[in-house]
This record gives sequence, structure tokens and C-alpha cells, in this order.
Amino acid sequence: MTAPGSTAAPDGADERLLRTSPLRKLLGRPELGSVVGAVAVFVFFALVADSFLQTSSIGTVLYAASTIGIMAAPVALLMIGGEFDLSAGVMVTSSALVSSMFSYQMTANVWVGVFVSLLVTLGFGAFNGFMLTHTKLPSFIITLGTFLMLTGLNLGFTKLISGTVSTKAIGDMEGFASARKVFASYLTLGDVELKVTILWWAALVAIATWILIRTRFGNWIFAVGGEADAARAVGVPVVRTKIGLYLGVAFAAWVSGQHLLFSYDVVQSGEGVGNELTYIIAAVIGGCLITGGYGSAIGAAVGAIIFGMTSKGIVYAEWDPDWFKFFLGAMLLLATLLNAWVRKRAEATT
Amino acid sequence: MTAAQARATEDAESRGALVELDHVSKFYGNIKALTDVSLEVHAGEISCVLGDNGAGKSTLIKIISGLHQHDAGTFRIDGEDTVLANPRDALDRGIATVYQDLAVVPLMPVWRNFFLGSEPTKGTGPFKRLDVALMRETTRRELLRMGIDLRDVDQPIGTLSGGERQCVAIARAVYFGAKVLVLDEPTAALGVKQSGVVLKYVAAARDAGLGVVLITHNPHHAYLVGDRFVLLKRGAMSGSHTKDDVTLDELTRQMAGGSELEELSHELERAPAPDRLGGGPTGADTP
Repeated sequence: MTAPGSTAAPDGADERLLRTSPLRKLLGRPELGSVVGAVAVFVFFALVADSFLQTSSIGTVLYAASTIGIMAAPVALLMIGGEFDLSAGVMVTSSALVSSMFSYQMTANVWVGVFVSLLVTLGFGAFNGFMLTHTKLPSFIITLGTFLMLTGLNLGFTKLISGTVSTKAIGDMEGFASARKVFASYLTLGDVELKVTILWWAALVAIATWILIRTRFGNWIFAVGGEADAARAVGVPVVRTKIGLYLGVAFAAWVSGQHLLFSYDVVQSGEGVGNELTYIIAAVIGGCLITGGYGSAIGAAVGAIIFGMTSKGIVYAEWDPDWFKFFLGAMLLLATLLNAWVRKRAEATT
Repeated sequence: MTAAQARATEDAESRGALVELDHVSKFYGNIKALTDVSLEVHAGEISCVLGDNGAGKSTLIKIISGLHQHDAGTFRIDGEDTVLANPRDALDRGIATVYQDLAVVPLMPVWRNFFLGSEPTKGTGPFKRLDVALMRETTRRELLRMGIDLRDVDQPIGTLSGGERQCVAIARAVYFGAKVLVLDEPTAALGVKQSGVVLKYVAAARDAGLGVVLITHNPHHAYLVGDRFVLLKRGAMSGSHTKDDVTLDELTRQMAGGSELEELSHELERAPAPDRLGGGPTGADTP
């Protein structure tokens, strides 16, 4: 033990720990790459688009970020657990369609449809998880299958029931007003309009982070993604953990789906295709390893903010929105490279 | 043997084996992976399983640790016939296994790895959470007790050396009250010094009263710490000894295949020296 007050390491610390400076600890965070990226994007659009810095655009950017962020949080957890969900995008639409069509066909209170939709959507998640853990096929294949099936079901059922590709309007039905309050209302602070999805987003990110770093389940998520065989050998319930992760994605898909429905009062059955990649990209920009075992929910939230800033920033800069995809691709590559570099630096022990 | 030692041995024998395999066999389809293998594990003793690659050592481990179930023979834990359903079942019965390469999750910090699968929690309901302070403190203390002075329990376990990782896994098993510790080739990929360190921890676990199964293909390591030796060859038992009735030379000879080794050394001796060593390009020495 070193004497207190001496020039050596403080009491209780190991003199070999010189390397762990605060900077190094910061570099070790999975979110770092995305935070640097977010600052860069912010500065860039602040310079090129005058209206980007107006207070009113805060609400717009955060809303765009929240619609992606709600899904990106559970998708990030799933990726840390070592799996993908390609069906996450269309599952949102399925959830909205079930809710809308059930209420309309049964002429029930819309809340009945909302809860039926929750059960059905969780069923989709359970199906993904069950198929994955019991067939041992890669999640890429399983959820690609679910993705295609749901895409077909969305269009097929909607056409069968309402004759067109969109659902009937449910705006005049019982419970619609209260459901809209929960899923699609907004409050105004000065000239900033904040949608309720931002609250859902913040809550989901907080819960996901809590689960990930402070619960047993979180420990298991890292373990099944990092080394599933080792996890199983020390008694981690690998199957339950993975099914739980898919249920998490399904729950967020339900929240997003209800927002989609109650923002308007009809749902287009072809929506949602392609969004699954957006969620995955947000998670990867946020520092999730594509191979699993590493990442954070907060990083995925920052990834979603980058999405929000880029998509709206291009509009504020009065550019052709077609440039959005280019920025996104460049962002993905840069963030991933930065993450890889940072991780290598942080893990270098010699 | 002194009187005290004799008494200790008697005690151990009257207590019976912690784990006993009696003519156990295992088939994968039409392949006999293991035939009629018997093994006893006693508290405070080290039972070594020796064998070359493909001798059936891994299959034996998988049966003891609950990953696979045996197809014939008897598997007793504390004298009771058992078929383990899964690794969790084995852990609950006090059998902890440290695998050669899948003992830990490399990207996770040491303290998370230490408690993986058996995490302590505090609080109730939705606020039930990991007792992080306890986890870190216990990890540091338990490793120190085993003589491992870790730089930082927060570092990913993948950054530790192979020997250190083995030791963490052993310390983990000891801490969680394992009665039987199964070690799969703990010294296989290690240098001489690191192997010595690991064997020291194996002996420490034995002295703590655990029954140890040490799987290895190194008779020198086995003889240093072992009390009983079982030799496997092509899935069958080719020898079973206690330390009293076998010498290191004999163990090495049997392990290496006995007469096969003699034949091999004979062949190697008579092999004619090649005309040109190395077989490199000949262009260099032609004018």
C-alpha cells in the first residue's frame, strides 16, 4: 500500500493503472464516435442553413429523431445481443393496420384495437425469437422471411378488407381523441413544438440503458451477443434472452405503429419498407458492433439525432432531399471507421 | 504413508466419490465417442484425464458438465444416479466447468464475466438491479485471494493473458461454491511459467477441498498435481492409476502410446539423412 499523500497512485489504486486517464475512459465509451459525428453534423448545418439554428427547428429535428429513435433503442439492444431484425420496419405498419382495422371492423372503442394490436405485434416478435432460437438459422434469414410475409400480409389484408391500399378513417370513433393524446399529441414551449413521441423516445432510451447496464438481463444481452456458447455454459438462459430482445423490438414497433395511426386517422399499407435498415444504421452509428456483444442504447439515440439533423438540415439548406441518402451512407462509413479506431485505441493495453 | 495421510485417505474413501463415472459410453450416431470409461473424483483430490487429440476427453467433459448426456453406464453424483439435463443443472449440483476457450466473454469487463449467469441483485420489482459495487469488490477480493493482482476489474477480459483468464474462471468456480471443478486443458496454450501459475491455482482449489478433474495431454503437468490418472485412447480407457502405483516415466510412456512410441523412435533413428537439407531452390549454387 502506498503511503497516503505520497506522489504515487492514490490510496487503493494500483500503480500500474497510469494508462486509464479520463480521456482514455472517454475514448472507451461506445457512444463517442456518434457524439463526435453529431457535433460535426450540427456545426455543418448550422453553417450552411440559416434556419437550422432557429428555436422552432429544434422541435422538428427532435421529432424526426424520435420516430427513428423509438425503434433504434430496442434494435440496438438486439444487435448487442448478436441478432438482426429486418422485419422491424414493416412491423410498425402491421401494428398500425391491426389496430385500425380491428377497431373499424368490430366498431369497437379504438383502445380495444390498440390493445389487440399490442398482443398481435408481440406475437410477431415472439415468432421471430422462437423461430431463431429453435431453428438455429441466422436471424438475417428468419427476419427477412418475416419481413416479406408481413409486407405481403399488410397489403393483402388491407385490400381484402377495405378494397384499397389504405385503411378506413377512424377519426370519428370512440376513444380516438384520448388515444391521439397518448400517441400523437404535442405540447408547445414558446415557439418550440414538442411531439409526445419525444417523451416515448426518452423513456425507451432510459429504460433500455437501465436494462443494459444495471440488470441481470442486460448482462445476459452482452454475453449472448459476445459469446453465446460461453454464456450458455455458465448458465445464462440464451433462448429466453433472445426472445426477450425480439419482444422489445415488437413493443417499440407497437408504439411507433400507434403513433403512425393516430397522427392521421388512416394507414397506408405499403409503408415501413426500408425503415428497418434505418434503425440498424442508427444503432451502428451509435457504436453497436455488427457482430454483437458491444454497444449502447444512448449511442443509438445519438445515431437517431444524426438522422433527424441530416434529414431536416437538408430541407433547411433548401437542397434536393435526394442528397439525404448520400449523407447517410457517408455518415455510416465515417462513424463505423471512427468507432473501430477508437475501440482499438481504447483496448490497446501494451 | 504417514498415519495422518492414511486416515485422510480412509476418510475420503468412506465419504465416497463426489462424482463417479462407471463404465460410461457415449455415441454420436454410429460413432462410438466414448466406451466404458470409469472415473472417480474425490474431495481434495485431483483426477487427471490424459489422452491425445480425439481420445474422447472433450466428450467426457461434456457429459460431466451437462452439455451432453451419456448413453450407457452410470453417472453418480454423491452416490446418486444422475442424468444432467443442461449446464445449469450441473452448476446447481456443484459441478463447475472451465472450458479451454469458451470460459469467458472477451468484450465484457472482468467483473461482469466473474458473475455472469449468477449475478447478485438488490432492490425489488422494477428497481431490481445488479449490485455493481458488491460485484466489483468481490471480483477484486476473490482474485487477490487466489493471488491474482488484477490491474483493473473494468478491463475487457479478452485483454488478459490466457493464464490470467484461466485463473479468473477458476476463482469464479471456487467462489460460487463448486464442489467439483472440471478443467479442460488449462495449460494447453500456455508457456512454461504461465502453466506453473495455473497449476498453482489448481492446487489451491484442491486444498480448498474441491474435487478437481484435470483434462490434459501433458503427463508432466498431470503428474505434478494429480492423485488419480485415467488414460484415454480412441474413446476407450487404456489405463487407470493412482499416484502410488505409477511413475512419471510410465505415465509418459503410456500416454505417448507405449510401444507405438518405441517404434516411432526406432523409425526416426534409422531415417536416412537427405542429400540436401531444406529443399530450397537450387539455382543459387549452380554456376
